[in-house]
Amino acid sequence: MGTVNEPLVRLDSVELSYDGAPVLAGVDLTLRAGDFVGVVGPSGAGKTTLLRLALGTLRPTTGRVERARGLRVGYVPQLETVSWSFPVTVAECVLMVRSDRWLPWATRAERRAVTEVLDRLGIAHLADRHIRELSGGQQQRMFLARALLRDPQLLLLDEPTSGIDVATRHEMLHLLGHLHDDGMTILLTTHDLNGVAAHVPDLVAMNGTVLRRGAPADVMTPTVLEQTFGAPMDVLEHLGMPVVLDRKRHPRRPVVEAP
Amino acid sequence: MIETLLEPFGYAFFVKGVVVATLAGALCGLVGVYVVLRGMSYIGHGLSHAIFGGFAASSVIGLNYVLGAGIWGFASALAINRVSRAHRIGADAAIGVITTASFALGVALLTVFGNRGPSFDAALFGSIIGISTGDVWTLVAVSALTVAVVLTRYRALLFATFDPEVADVSGVRVARTDALLMLVLSLAILATLSIIGVTLVAATLVIPAVVARMLTHRFATMLWLSSAIGALCGLVGMNLSYHLDVPSGTTIVLTGATVFALVLMATGGRGLQRAPRAAVL
Repeated sequence: MGTVNEPLVRLDSVELSYDGAPVLAGVDLTLRAGDFVGVVGPSGAGKTTLLRLALGTLRPTTGRVERARGLRVGYVPQLETVSWSFPVTVAECVLMVRSDRWLPWATRAERRAVTEVLDRLGIAHLADRHIRELSGGQQQRMFLARALLRDPQLLLLDEPTSGIDVATRHEMLHLLGHLHDDGMTILLTTHDLNGVAAHVPDLVAMNGTVLRRGAPADVMTPTVLEQTFGAPMDVLEHLGMPVVLDRKRHPRRPVVEAP
Repeated sequence: MIETLLEPFGYAFFVKGVVVATLAGALCGLVGVYVVLRGMSYIGHGLSHAIFGGFAASSVIGLNYVLGAGIWGFASALAINRVSRAHRIGADAAIGVITTASFALGVALLTVFGNRGPSFDAALFGSIIGISTGDVWTLVAVSALTVAVVLTRYRALLFATFDPEVADVSGVRVARTDALLMLVLSLAILATLSIIGVTLVAATLVIPAVVARMLTHRFATMLWLSSAIGALCGLVGMNLSYHLDVPSGTTIVLTGATVFALVLMATGGRGLQRAPRAAVL
């Protein structure tokens, strides 16, 4: 898993533009072994771009991205990007990641490894199902299983809480918490502010650049959230955790209709 | 009835034609799985036209037409793949521009310099009697190469087809894998052109794979099923070609289209529908 505090990925003064339009500017971020970081921000804030820079599938326009030598990365993509009509079963999908083998059929050891990782995530009974037959939460677990089969040092997840219901969102974040407890370094992006505030110890608020990094209580403040999302938000404390309220959904003053 | 059906098997050219059509069908069925699943069904149509340009250019400069058209087709396939992967324009537009320009160049070269190579009528529509021993050996060699590539690069091809971005960060050399697939595809089209023809080869790539997709949701099963359906269409289509006295390419494609219609009716197009999104609370 890497020595704790050893830098795995470092973004140094990173700028990135698509067709001349800046997406990220002045991004400095270090991800160390043992970190469990959640990136929050509005749509178009550059969260997925940040993830792809850390993955190495994008190169910065200026600045540097350094990765630890020989870093093994497990990547869980957004469900929206997946071709769900593709003819693969859950087991076939998970086994894809062992692409270094030159023959198509799985060895006994590989079959055992697939069963173990699916069992660990509670979906071993779905191994022969087509990927489209799974619920959103099961689909997330399947891709997490595929990422874990690589025995990664760093786990990157793009919106792992989107496309799934509230209870499954919390299960997913619990599961990631357990993986972190086992020593896994994790970086995820999400729109679920309250979910990450409750489950993720280290948050990054960004909108084109990193605006704040710290514990949930330091990042989930009205000032940082308004700066990040461009809209006023209220933050309550519940059981010692910040709870974010969207003012549009929870107006401070009741709306009184004219007689 | 039986005697009538068996009659053409008394002719050596027909037996050779049946063997080649069956093998060509299986080869196109196998490669077609990747073409269909990558959403590049139009590529077969486009590439065959691009390869026609290669035929013409080879004829003009006196180069071996298999080599010349092969290189031309591979270069076109790489260009299409590169342009479509870049997402700036869609694969359909990339194919439309690159391959029709290549076809037009081929027609222009033949018009100006004349045809000094093989029959271009056969190249356009396929021919039961135009199959040379060289065509047979080319097809056997390309089929063997394709099976070897699919077997040895099975997981990399599958991963790069299903999810190229994750494959790339998981150790698959996606650009190299794509290039390998494009090479195999170009060779498959080139090797089957003489029997199926430029204008119809796309259907032999697409129909067996689409039919197989309606019958299974397993990738490995789809590969052999598509090959078997392609082989069956080649076998039946070649027999129909003899009895109906029409070009072999047309009967092979019409056989495939009939199988497609029957399976579509039986399954309701299962496997071809877009996936419903997972429920969101």
